[in-house]
Amino acid sequence: MKHPLSAITNRLVILVPYLWLLFFFLIPFFIVFKISLSTTAIAMPPYTPTLGLADGFSGLLSQIGEFSFDNYLWLTQDALYFNAYVSSVIIAGISTFLALLVGYPIAYGMARAPATIRPTLLMLVILPFWTSFLIRVYAWIGILKPEGLLNQLLLATGVIDQPLVILNTHSAIFIGIVYSYLPFMILPLYSALEKMDYSLIEAAQDLGCPPASAFWKITFPLSLPGVIAGCLLVFIPAVGEFVIPDLLGGSQTLMIGKTLWNEFFANRDWPVSSAVAVILLLLLVVPIMFFQQAQARAQEQGR
Amino acid sequence: MKSLGNIRREFAPWNKPDAKPYIQFKNVTKRFGDFTAVNNLSLSIYEREFFALLGASGCGKSTLLRMLAGFEEPTSGQILLDGQDLRGIPPYRRPVNMMFQSYALFPHMTVEQNIAFGLKQDGMPKAEIEQRVTDMLKLVKLGQFAKRKPHQLSGGQRQRVALARAVAKRPKVLLLDEPLGALDKKLREETQFELMDLQQTLGLTFVVVTHDQEEAMTMADRIAILDKGEVMQVATPAEVYEAPGSRFVADFVGNINMFEGKVADRDSSGATITSANGVTIRTANAGDAAAGSEVAFAIRPEKIKVSSKKPENGDNVMEGEIYDIAYLGDMTIFHVQLGNGQVVKASSLNATRATEDPLSWDDKAWISFRNDAGVVLTR
Repeated sequence: MKHPLSAITNRLVILVPYLWLLFFFLIPFFIVFKISLSTTAIAMPPYTPTLGLADGFSGLLSQIGEFSFDNYLWLTQDALYFNAYVSSVIIAGISTFLALLVGYPIAYGMARAPATIRPTLLMLVILPFWTSFLIRVYAWIGILKPEGLLNQLLLATGVIDQPLVILNTHSAIFIGIVYSYLPFMILPLYSALEKMDYSLIEAAQDLGCPPASAFWKITFPLSLPGVIAGCLLVFIPAVGEFVIPDLLGGSQTLMIGKTLWNEFFANRDWPVSSAVAVILLLLLVVPIMFFQQAQARAQEQGR
Repeated sequence: MKSLGNIRREFAPWNKPDAKPYIQFKNVTKRFGDFTAVNNLSLSIYEREFFALLGASGCGKSTLLRMLAGFEEPTSGQILLDGQDLRGIPPYRRPVNMMFQSYALFPHMTVEQNIAFGLKQDGMPKAEIEQRVTDMLKLVKLGQFAKRKPHQLSGGQRQRVALARAVAKRPKVLLLDEPLGALDKKLREETQFELMDLQQTLGLTFVVVTHDQEEAMTMADRIAILDKGEVMQVATPAEVYEAPGSRFVADFVGNINMFEGKVADRDSSGATITSANGVTIRTANAGDAAAGSEVAFAIRPEKIKVSSKKPENGDNVMEGEIYDIAYLGDMTIFHVQLGNGQVVKASSLNATRATEDPLSWDDKAWISFRNDAGVVLTR
């Protein structure tokens, strides 16, 4: 027999994540959405209408009547926004691919390392998180700038005789994103590769498959859930990334996170920046849904 | 010729002096760091033989199999297959296939794709692959499961897929690593006979690694018993059981009673052995035991008769007391304590439903056995 109280506690436990989502995602989202439908005003807060019951219920209705999709129309009229979205997706896409290229061998090496040193290797992957993200990105300026550590090293060893211009280019953004998000790529890849039965590779070889071919026919397809998870964990935050393009990418870099920041702080145009944020969210819902579907499929496969 | 275990063997190339071994291990040693897994081992396996490597875990049997498959290289020594030295040949170029203990089925491929995997590697034409896969599925009776993924199959079905995949390429040798280890008892017994039939049908050489002596006894033409990386004995199941070569083999395979002692008297018809605890045994099977040498007399429980009255005749008769009884249905096992304190195991077949001579705990009892029932072990 089930205790009647346990049914209630069960529901309460389920309720907690829903409450969390309600307070920290859904309500803020609707506030942002509401602002995106407003118009700018030189006031505090800097938009109208501000909803309230000061003029009674009919006053509230007339305030709601003032909502318009003009800001969304505006986004389609100025090519800046479209270009910023496209450029963000391209930069995030290239960075994700580079992170996969760098992360896969690392994860593979970790998964094949002796079991005794694996916790240490995992620790090393997570270790950078112990330092502030901002400080780590600033550190890259010191490394990449024309008179920075990298150029000094290359000049001193005679590899180059003119300093390389890396800072304030797309390359610097790729380096920054790959560096910052690499752990999010490595960890899901590692967990997919680590639980793979090595006898599958031996079986493939036994059946006449050379090692390189066995990797593409067995190892890679079986690590695909990890590849998808890692790519989305890098791609999604990279699209909206602001700090890295701002600090490493210089002024000519066009990314949506930066555009949003400019609208919000430089132009003080809260409604337009809210509209930018809402569109960015919708843009990212697609890969997130894809991610969840992939996870559900992986779970269904059971192992 | 009198055959041990009453099995007449048609297939016995190991007895023919001119027969050429198909697989040869020549003084093979394999070390992992300080650990010697295989120690200067030599072994010959013949074509079409069903050969079992039997031993406890860590005896080196799996290492031998992995060296044949090419996953490990011997530290020293030579492995020959059909006259060809296998050293340096990678696993994907060896004409042997292995059935893995875990089955190692590719989880992202269907049953069909799993079986076709090795054939595709060989670049076999598509139509031929399809035909071969169909044949294999028929052979292991899994036709209707062709499109399933491994996780949609039962343990027994997975085992069959693994088998079909391993034999699909028609290897010169099929290696089986604990092939029945993951199956339950009933399925295991059925599958043992299926494996034997399959080996007959395909005419392949099978090398099976197992820790289950019953499995080895049932299926194999010959068994190699391994201990600490060395071969203790290579012989047919009946020879291993009835004429073990050493105390280790006698003790490892089946149940046995051992009497440690000395050869008191040796003549052409056998020997008399006096055990350290004061039992005198007359045996016809003295082998090469010399008078005065330290030996063990070993006898299987089913060769000892237990009765409540002293038997009229019998070569060896000893008095004791029933210490323990285990009724197993098909047979009963008696533990009889002799006057000197030694406990002897004796089993008797329950051929009838009621016995005329019921024995109970603490009853006085006599054990007796013929002088050709046991063996003398010098090692």
